[in-house]
Amino acid sequence: MTDNQVGVGAADTAAPLVSPVPAIELHGVVKEYRVHGELVQAVKGVTLAIAEGEFFSLLGPSGCGKTTTMRMIAGFEDPTRGTVSLHGGDVTGVPADKRDVNMVFQSYALFPHMNVWENVAFGLRRRKTPEAEIKRRVGEMLAIVDLTGRERRRPRELSGGQQQRVALARALVNRPRALLLDEPLGALDLKLRQAMQTELKRIQREVGITFVYVTHDQSEALTMSDRIAVMNNGEVEQLAGPREIYERPATAFVAGFIGTSNLLTGTVDRVDDGCAVLALGDGGRVLVAGSAHAAGDTLQVTVRPEKITISAERPSGRVSAARGTVEDVSYLGTYTSYAVRLPEGTEVTVFQQNAFDSSTTAEPGDSVWLSWQPHHSFAIGS
Amino acid sequence: MSVKSAPAPVPPAPVPAAPAPARARSGGRWADRLLRIYAVLLLAWLFAPIVVMIVFGFNDTKSKSNVTWQGFTVKWWGRLGDYPELMTAVFNSVTIALLATAITTVLGTALGLAIGRYRFRGAGATNVVIFAAIASPELALGASLLSLFVSTGVQTGYATVVIAHVLFALSFVAITVRARVLGMDPSLEEAARDLGASPWTTFRLVTLPSIAPGVVSGALLAFVLSIDDFVITQFTSGPLTTFPLWIYGAVRQGVPPQVNILGTLIFGVGVVIAITHSVLARRRVP
Ligand SMILES: Nc1ncnc2c1ncn2[C@@H]1O[C@H](COP(=O)(O)OP(=O)(O)OP(=O)(O)O)[C@@H](O)[C@H]1O
Ligand SMILES: [Mg+2]
Repeated sequence: MTDNQVGVGAADTAAPLVSPVPAIELHGVVKEYRVHGELVQAVKGVTLAIAEGEFFSLLGPSGCGKTTTMRMIAGFEDPTRGTVSLHGGDVTGVPADKRDVNMVFQSYALFPHMNVWENVAFGLRRRKTPEAEIKRRVGEMLAIVDLTGRERRRPRELSGGQQQRVALARALVNRPRALLLDEPLGALDLKLRQAMQTELKRIQREVGITFVYVTHDQSEALTMSDRIAVMNNGEVEQLAGPREIYERPATAFVAGFIGTSNLLTGTVDRVDDGCAVLALGDGGRVLVAGSAHAAGDTLQVTVRPEKITISAERPSGRVSAARGTVEDVSYLGTYTSYAVRLPEGTEVTVFQQNAFDSSTTAEPGDSVWLSWQPHHSFAIGS
Repeated sequence: MSVKSAPAPVPPAPVPAAPAPARARSGGRWADRLLRIYAVLLLAWLFAPIVVMIVFGFNDTKSKSNVTWQGFTVKWWGRLGDYPELMTAVFNSVTIALLATAITTVLGTALGLAIGRYRFRGAGATNVVIFAAIASPELALGASLLSLFVSTGVQTGYATVVIAHVLFALSFVAITVRARVLGMDPSLEEAARDLGASPWTTFRLVTLPSIAPGVVSGALLAFVLSIDDFVITQFTSGPLTTFPLWIYGAVRQGVPPQVNILGTLIFGVGVVIAITHSVLARRRVP
């Protein structure tokens, strides 16, 4: 596995590559701001290609450059270096009103002095669409977002979810070749958020256009996206499908940012049948399948909490095994979370499903064995 | 469901709640009454001169000075044209105010947008100058303008008064517009651009409607400031006479009742404008 999966070449993914020409292509894009005379790099060389019809997410912590990247695609910012292409044509330096993409703003940015109908018709009016066609398309779009009958309302007379749908309709009615959404569900409560996630996916399938979705919510990105670019500090750390991002994080940052992850460090003892073996204290060991490491290498290995099994006896077979002491047990409904301290001091989190006849119950202070399959250990790039 | 559960919570609520408001009301009664008396006194104090002005427009005065009540008449209303120079002065005041307001509104809106929106070299200095223009004494402003016009050889008159009025009203428009600009979501304009609007269309359809209340307030302020300005006009008018200047000149021989009538008319227009403005303000977009 490569350390830095930035780029067009990330083909080992679930991307529905319909068209050979990417809908959106960033090449070596850098954005610098001058803040109080000091140069700040908000985006540090991002290269990626988004396929036609794809649901693509930019995921990362606050301040990692997601919005800046999206604003360069929309045309609100010009890259300091690098190029932006839409459907094969270089649009670097082209203003926003001349680009065939539309954006849904985090604040919705609905025009407060116009009603719902006028808001949605705004884009079509600018392109001198015939009035009869505007009438038809706006009506259709309001039906899709379930706002028929609210045409005469002003934005402030709508609920947050309704405003969000107006913003979506206002962008989609223009049939852009790509839709950019900057944390569009950020202002909604959890329930509405989940309903809107399903809704957005449905609409995307229905209209079949490319969605670029900015979020800092990992579960949102995992459930909705075809592919995800995980960003950190202005760079793309990993670009892959949701399953791969979750199961095979490429860097320690990705492992830590997506879900809960355990990080173990050790030195390769020997390589056995394509499987690196790291020795842990107290007779424990970690097997890493398919790793290209040699004896003597120091490795960082991640393993997801739900892949680990707890047992009282040392497990047999070709598995990773570690001895530890239970420090904390939290019952969380569908599963129980255990915090287990290894002899070398590392704390490991373990999730055990609360099955009907759950017998593996451990108490704080118990000495237990943890085990997991070799293919659930991942060596990550440093 | 809500119908059934509705009666249940209602009865217990008033029982504990009742004594508290009663006590609060008796305690607040005196404060209420004092506040009302204070408000009435304040309004009386503010309106007394205006009432006197209006009433003395109906005074059947026999002498040149119009200071003692001598009976009711409406005859002065038919004799507004007795003083042609007064009519000219009023005409000058109104046209200067309209002209200055128009120029000030355009320039002040542009200035308000600039200082509210953009960071540019000299933005800080511009802010200081704007507040300095408001804070500086009219006397100083008038005197310095006069010396500027004299030293540059500009003939003082109608044009210089308009220039002077634009100058001192500009800051007020810029400040009211800036307040609206600062309260406006900057992504509104980006959304308009994103939807295909050119910069000019964006300004016309999105920016201007958003800042309109500030522009209107600023324009009204500019008009009111211009029409009754005395000090700066005195310095910059040369041979020109405006309504306030004419009254000042007439004080020595006694102000005729026609002045009261014209004052009443101007006041009436002001009241209409103020009412219109507050009605419009109630319909403002938040
Ligand atoms: N106009 C600007 N001037 C200066 N610095 C900026 C500007 N815009 C963004 N930055 C900086 O660039 C970095 C990336 O900002 P960006 O808005 O892209 O983050 P983000 O990933 O969208 O974060 P969030 O999740 O909080 O919205 C931040 O450190 C920010 O301070
Ligand atoms: Mg952002």
